[in-house]
Amino acid sequence: MIELVNVRKVFNMRRPNEFVAIHGLSLLIHSHQVTVIKGPSGSGKTTLLSLIGCMSRPTSGRIMLSDREITSLPERFLTEIRRKTFGFIFQHFNLIKGMTALENVMLPAYPLGERQASLKTRARELFNLFGIAEKAESKVEWLSGGEAQRVTMIRALMNNPAVIIADEPTAHLDTKLSREFMEIVRGLKEERKTVIIASHDPLVYESDLVDRTVNFRDGSIEEEA
Amino acid sequence: MRSWIERQRNIIDFTLCSLLRRKGKNVLLMLVYTLVVFVLASVMFFTHAIRKEASMVLKEAPEMVVQRLVAGRHELIPLSYIDEIKQIRGVSFVKGRLWGYYYDPVTGANYTLIVAADDQLSPGRITVGQGVSRARLVVEGDTMEFRAHDGAIIELEIGKTISSESELISSDLILISDDDFRRLFGTPRSCATDIVVGVRNPKEIPTVALKIAQLLPDTRQILRDEISRTYDAVFNWRGGIMILIFSGALLAFIIFAWDKASGLGPEERREIGILKAIGWETSDVILMKLWEGMIVSLSSFSLAVILAYLHVFFFSARVFAPVLKGWAVLYPEFKLVPFVDASQVVALFFLSVVPYTVATIIPAWRAATVDPDSIMR
Repeated sequence: MIELVNVRKVFNMRRPNEFVAIHGLSLLIHSHQVTVIKGPSGSGKTTLLSLIGCMSRPTSGRIMLSDREITSLPERFLTEIRRKTFGFIFQHFNLIKGMTALENVMLPAYPLGERQASLKTRARELFNLFGIAEKAESKVEWLSGGEAQRVTMIRALMNNPAVIIADEPTAHLDTKLSREFMEIVRGLKEERKTVIIASHDPLVYESDLVDRTVNFRDGSIEEEA
Repeated sequence: MRSWIERQRNIIDFTLCSLLRRKGKNVLLMLVYTLVVFVLASVMFFTHAIRKEASMVLKEAPEMVVQRLVAGRHELIPLSYIDEIKQIRGVSFVKGRLWGYYYDPVTGANYTLIVAADDQLSPGRITVGQGVSRARLVVEGDTMEFRAHDGAIIELEIGKTISSESELISSDLILISDDDFRRLFGTPRSCATDIVVGVRNPKEIPTVALKIAQLLPDTRQILRDEISRTYDAVFNWRGGIMILIFSGALLAFIIFAWDKASGLGPEERREIGILKAIGWETSDVILMKLWEGMIVSLSSFSLAVILAYLHVFFFSARVFAPVLKGWAVLYPEFKLVPFVDASQVVALFFLSVVPYTVATIIPAWRAATVDPDSIMR
């Protein structure tokens, strides 16, 4: 369970270009569910996801992860939580060019000191599961949009996190690939993972596997579906 | 411990991969880095080895040499001076020496001819140094022809070749008998080239030198310590000049390396953001950059030092020899004995590897302390 209490996020504070991205938001996200944060571009969805995923800190307010207050934790502990609890699927994939898909997905586990051989075995199992085993040795810049996204998903799952955070995952996919993505999410849900998706794609928020949709606009919750 | 080693291995693996991804830039940097350290190390090795050789040579040299001067130039010295010097209290031995230079038009080299101190050589036979043997392609049993002062051709047989610890003295050396030397150069029997003087108590050397100067006003006294100081000064000076000439290039390298190491490109910044977002700690990123700096600088440094060693001790410092060795006095070619001053190598290491590695870490640390959410936008 993730709980946000009166969270506010201000960029460029006390400068002429000060901008309030999140206005005193309170939200409860239940475990083992698929939650969609729906809203137009620029509504603050990405900022909200980065706050939930311990990638940035709120200007004020508290974030609780399984009843543990994480807002005031030092950087090292936040990284530890990010590494073990969250897996990220970025809108722009954020794969490192010049490296193979296999090397990219192994990256999150590198600092944990696991043997490369066992890392490779684990990664190849996921490549098989996602049906792109033959692409493991390809450089990421040669992959199609759908393949790149699966690689991003495998990378997110590499450390076996409890929560998957996806930011506009279908933004660069056609309808067929978007449906395939949702089927993968179904699989994750069946594995009792918590999935949080920010999207304004009807194919995502109208999907039957979504447990809850939070309408988001101008940094605040409008209503819940 | 095992996990610690695996962590280092994984991060080194990623670092190598990321260096290879920027192959062109990194190869260029390593080339320039290697070149700079190579030049510095060559100069250091060369000047140190030659000074060391010189001091080794001088260790065996007599404490004092007395030469006769005529109009400020070195002249033959009458052997009668020996008896006069012997009278001075504290002198342990006095001996006349015969030596000179012989220009060989066939090889264009100058040989140093010395009459062996104990006069073991029988007339008609000579002993030659490695350089002479190489230059003239002669071995033991062969004969060498010399043109005497009166134009006559003298044939001398090579008895043996000298193998010495230092080629600096033995390379161009020919040991010859007293009779042959005098026949070759026309040196009168009553004269020697100079006189060597031994003194029982080293502290008395300056006093004895002063007494000789008073007794024989047309002579000069050359002390071993003075020669040693001159050698040091000459080769330090030559090394200094070389480094001075090179300092422009050195400065350019420092600016280039600093720019490369300290400035993170947008691509590298993005990569650090991705690594942090997927769970790398700031310390992991710094470790990665530390390895990167170490790999680039340590491999360039090691390669440069090995190349400099080969250049100086196997290829006679061909690139800088004209500046460092000076004029033809060091012909025929000689090979330096490899003397390396470890403290100089350590100093070079700390002046090249450490600053470069630090310059690599600082910007990465700055980039790595930023919130990783920047890459989500």
